[in-house]
Amino acid sequence: MAKGKTKAKSKAAGGWQGQVLVVDLTKGEAKAEPLNMEWAQQYLGERGLATKYLYEMMNPRADAMSPENVLIFATGPLTGTMASTSGRYAVVTKGPLTGAIACSNSGGKFGAELKFAGYDLLIVKGRAKKPVYLHIIDDKVEILPADGLWGKTVWQTEELIKAKHQNPLLKIASIGKAGEKGVLYACVVNDLHRAAGRSGVGAVMGSKNLKAVACHGSKGVTVKDPKRFMKVVGDAKQKLAESTGRKELTEYGTNAMIDVMQQFGGLPTRNFREVQFEGVEHINAQAMKTPNAHGHTNLVANKACFGCTIACGRIAHIDKQHFSIVNRKEYWLASGGLEYETAYAFGPVVGVDDIDALTFAGYMMNEHGMDPISFGVTLAAAMELYDIGAITKKDTDGIELKFGNAEALTVMAEKTGKGEGFGKILGLGSKRMCEKYGHPELFMGVKGQEFAGYDSRALQGMGLGYATSNRGACHLKHDVFAEDMEDQTGSGKAVPVKKSQDKVAAIDSTGLCLFVTAAWGVPDFAAQVDAACEGSWDEKRLYETGERVWNLERMFNLKAGLTAKDDTLPKRLLETPAPSGTAKGKVSELGKMLPEYYKARGWTTDGKPTNQTIARLGL
Amino acid sequence: MDYVVVGAGPAGVIAAETLRRADPSGAVTLIGDEPAAPYSRMAIPYLLAGDIEPAGTHLRHGTGHYRAHGIKVVKGRRVTRVAAKSRVLTLDDGAKVKYDKLLVATGSRPVRPPIKGIDLPGIESCWTLADAAAIARKAKPRSRVVLMGAGFIGCIILEALAARKVDLTVVEMADRMVARMMDRQGGDMIKRWCEGRGVKVLTSTRVEAIEKTKTGFRLAIGRRAALEADLVVCATGVAPNVEFLKGSGVETEFGILVDHGLRTSVPDIFAAGDVAQGPELITGKPEVHAIQPTASEHGRVAALNMAGVPSHYRGSLSMNVLNTLGLISSSFGHWQGLPGGEIAEASDPDHFCYLRLCFKDDRVVGALALGLTQHVGVIRGLVQTGLPLGPWKKALQRDPHQVMNAYLDLTKAVP
Amino acid sequence: MQKSLLIEPEKCTSCLQCEMACSFEHEGSFNPAKSRIKVFEFEHGRRAIPYTCTQCAEAWCLHACPVEALARNPTTGAVEVKEDVCVGCKVCTIACPFGTINYNRDSGKVAKCDLCGGDPQCAAACPTGAITFVDSDWTGYERMKAWAAKTDNQPRA
Repeated sequence: MAKGKTKAKSKAAGGWQGQVLVVDLTKGEAKAEPLNMEWAQQYLGERGLATKYLYEMMNPRADAMSPENVLIFATGPLTGTMASTSGRYAVVTKGPLTGAIACSNSGGKFGAELKFAGYDLLIVKGRAKKPVYLHIIDDKVEILPADGLWGKTVWQTEELIKAKHQNPLLKIASIGKAGEKGVLYACVVNDLHRAAGRSGVGAVMGSKNLKAVACHGSKGVTVKDPKRFMKVVGDAKQKLAESTGRKELTEYGTNAMIDVMQQFGGLPTRNFREVQFEGVEHINAQAMKTPNAHGHTNLVANKACFGCTIACGRIAHIDKQHFSIVNRKEYWLASGGLEYETAYAFGPVVGVDDIDALTFAGYMMNEHGMDPISFGVTLAAAMELYDIGAITKKDTDGIELKFGNAEALTVMAEKTGKGEGFGKILGLGSKRMCEKYGHPELFMGVKGQEFAGYDSRALQGMGLGYATSNRGACHLKHDVFAEDMEDQTGSGKAVPVKKSQDKVAAIDSTGLCLFVTAAWGVPDFAAQVDAACEGSWDEKRLYETGERVWNLERMFNLKAGLTAKDDTLPKRLLETPAPSGTAKGKVSELGKMLPEYYKARGWTTDGKPTNQTIARLGL
Repeated sequence: MDYVVVGAGPAGVIAAETLRRADPSGAVTLIGDEPAAPYSRMAIPYLLAGDIEPAGTHLRHGTGHYRAHGIKVVKGRRVTRVAAKSRVLTLDDGAKVKYDKLLVATGSRPVRPPIKGIDLPGIESCWTLADAAAIARKAKPRSRVVLMGAGFIGCIILEALAARKVDLTVVEMADRMVARMMDRQGGDMIKRWCEGRGVKVLTSTRVEAIEKTKTGFRLAIGRRAALEADLVVCATGVAPNVEFLKGSGVETEFGILVDHGLRTSVPDIFAAGDVAQGPELITGKPEVHAIQPTASEHGRVAALNMAGVPSHYRGSLSMNVLNTLGLISSSFGHWQGLPGGEIAEASDPDHFCYLRLCFKDDRVVGALALGLTQHVGVIRGLVQTGLPLGPWKKALQRDPHQVMNAYLDLTKAVP
Repeated sequence: MQKSLLIEPEKCTSCLQCEMACSFEHEGSFNPAKSRIKVFEFEHGRRAIPYTCTQCAEAWCLHACPVEALARNPTTGAVEVKEDVCVGCKVCTIACPFGTINYNRDSGKVAKCDLCGGDPQCAAACPTGAITFVDSDWTGYERMKAWAAKTDNQPRA
């Protein structure tokens, strides 16, 4: 197949590698091009820069699963540096679940490796005639047939590619069967259990017949002012090390959150019928560390992504006596364990409190490459459909799809991953499934994408964030957690939501992880970006960059055909009061917040950026 | 006590230094037959490639190293006779040297096949600094060079010749390149690699005769074909320098037979390095391992025993590492496999990657690697320690590239 | 008292800050592929082991070098590569039974841990204390050295 040495001429000093790798799968060509440094100065990197490239390279109205869609793997200028959490990359494309721009962020080691191979961005266009994978060793890029890989799981794929190239140093991002079979929330999994999880970026990869990207780089990353950079990243790491938030993440992982949400009454339970879950203590961070009746402890170790000095990642294993694996030795291994969103999506929202079943479902997500949030919330809706009699055992391959049935969780996780039986329906996502069975109101999400583990009735700003997130319901595109905990009304939330969306968009464009905000403010990021990158970067410029990114994403969505009508929440959250917890009796105040938000954004009342806003941001 | 070391290669130099440390009052004499300061043949290709200056080949740097260590160096003299009973050496200028303990570390010399015209003036070996200088003079860019022999030494020279941008043809009698350190699969990959870089490689090809032409040489290969060359470099093998021992009573086979103490069959005569045929690590059978690590180990053990410090040498492990135009290959121990043992291979010919592990019972006894540069030494670690593999044997059979993980896990080298 | 790197893998999270620090110190860029310390992972990350040269007494690499390009630094005890002398023959890379001296294609020389001249940057960068620089008589460190002895093929006088 196609083969060739690639090397672009421009070499940018500081942070960026100055090169993008453009792969046209239709033509079977790969070539390196100089990075557009003007865009890099405007959009920084990762999420922002990839959005700009996507916006310029494709027609937003194109079908997400068509060859016209463009799939971008993007690193940031701080990816692969000694800044803490420098292992991030983003996958940006048009999402099949939402029809909107999709931007999924992942850690692990793949992103840094892509950068070390010399590329800021990997841009994949077209569609290969037959399944292929990319093999990237610095300037040498090959598009190789994936005949023996198609149909294999993520774990098998990584092992097979490493063995084929006899290179244990390869870092691999791939899709499992879910991505091959078009599960609309299939993800791209890298390093066995890190994932660009949301919005179905893996389905897009599958639609391109691209099974995997395997990469090893030896080029190294340099920064503008190495001495100052080492000083500021050192200070920032120290600050992070000392922060309480960081200590909790290291000690308990993100699943520490489940107790907080439980107490607060913001923990979506049984498809958002409830906001508190009686089984929390069986699946929380403490439960992961506590031996069960057989003396088996779920948690094995902490694991960091590349460059991360937090290590919130959990490595866990399932009790060998558990029904899910008792006869399946291949799962008697340790692998990626529960984090908050998986604990929520396999736990409260489906009513299951069996920690081994949850861990097994997590293995299925990683192995077959699916978004646990979308899967869990879709399963929750299916359980509600089952509960109200809209579907029966006939539809569900004989499985009793009752809330709380751990076996329903493990079996459906596997069936969905493999695209078998009722799993095919679950693979459509909650919105399409609920519509199919005549109950669109049971879909819990926005723009076709399912909610994360926070209830919008208890966390008002979160609700606004969900409604306005450019990739559909998402908890990671804004950060008003403190404001929401402090004040449970919708008053005064629009401006903080807008501002935090801009902040997060900027952080997502650096190559660093959002979780460092446990200790760092925007000035901490700015100091590191400024020492690494050409140009002068301060807090104000980062906010402005983030705002530019946000607006460009919005413009993509508007061109794709989305409107203000899509900035909404399900009726259940707008009309049915929270049944318990601190927000008992409350509904989401979205109707009040949204106009304020459009105004704060400098958008028209129907949610379009005004000409003035467009001009101000240089869009 | 008079210690005499014959041969100023690595084994000889290390032995002389070790003698000095082990017996500070003894007299140490080092006799070498070349005019230069003791140097390493290993470095000659890099000299030829122009990477280093002649001084860069020296085994020891700085002036006065040997004097400072109280080692008397006799340069440019060859020992012609050993009178074992009287413990006297005769040099080629007739001088006599008395010894109490003698170390023979005379190494080996290149040998040429019995072909008509093989000794024509201008056909070069590549063994000494003088040879390297001669080749360097003649191997000009675009000159037609025929390299006879694609063994280990041939391949090392090949790299240096290619660096001089000559029009290069390699002729090898065996069915593959580096036949003594690579199996068919690995040898073929190296050949294909070389061909991809503009070197003509003729394997299973014999040079029948060489004749002089107006400008250079014509080499008859097979019945009809012939190669024209401006320069012929012969790297067809080496033989141990043992002739001068005739009549000394020292027993030889391929090389000088030595025991686990590097003692020869004659009291107070020891042998080390390329000339010695000593116990092999795994089988214990006497073998000649003409490699730097063995020379270094031999030299040290022999010297200690000469100085009366009892030392036992477990045995030598054959290993080689080769850079053929950028393709790095290595071999360890019994890479052909041992009877009754298993073999695990992983290969990716398209990317010139190959790893072969040979097991015997629960151990790794040999390996070949192509394209592997990181942590490759750990294969020696596995072979040398004879580490029982336990569950890792299966894992290694599945994926030989797990060697580093296997080693780390099994040794608990890091707790 | 000379100091040595003490590695406690149970504390390692595999963040590779050590590899970046090492490459930054020696190559001037963040480049784990050029790091002299390497983290090896087992079973989906269940265990991670940072691994580098122990500056073993046997110094296989040093003895195997044909041109005396390796020497022990008397102050730090580290065996160091003299880049200007190394010809790149790679014999040390197969002679070292720990696999901790490696060939660098870009420089054409070999590279190994030199303890950064007495201030190892890997230890300084490690966020969890999995790599520390301690007095050499620390017992944990002796285990790795014990393996050097078991591998030994060289008599000691």
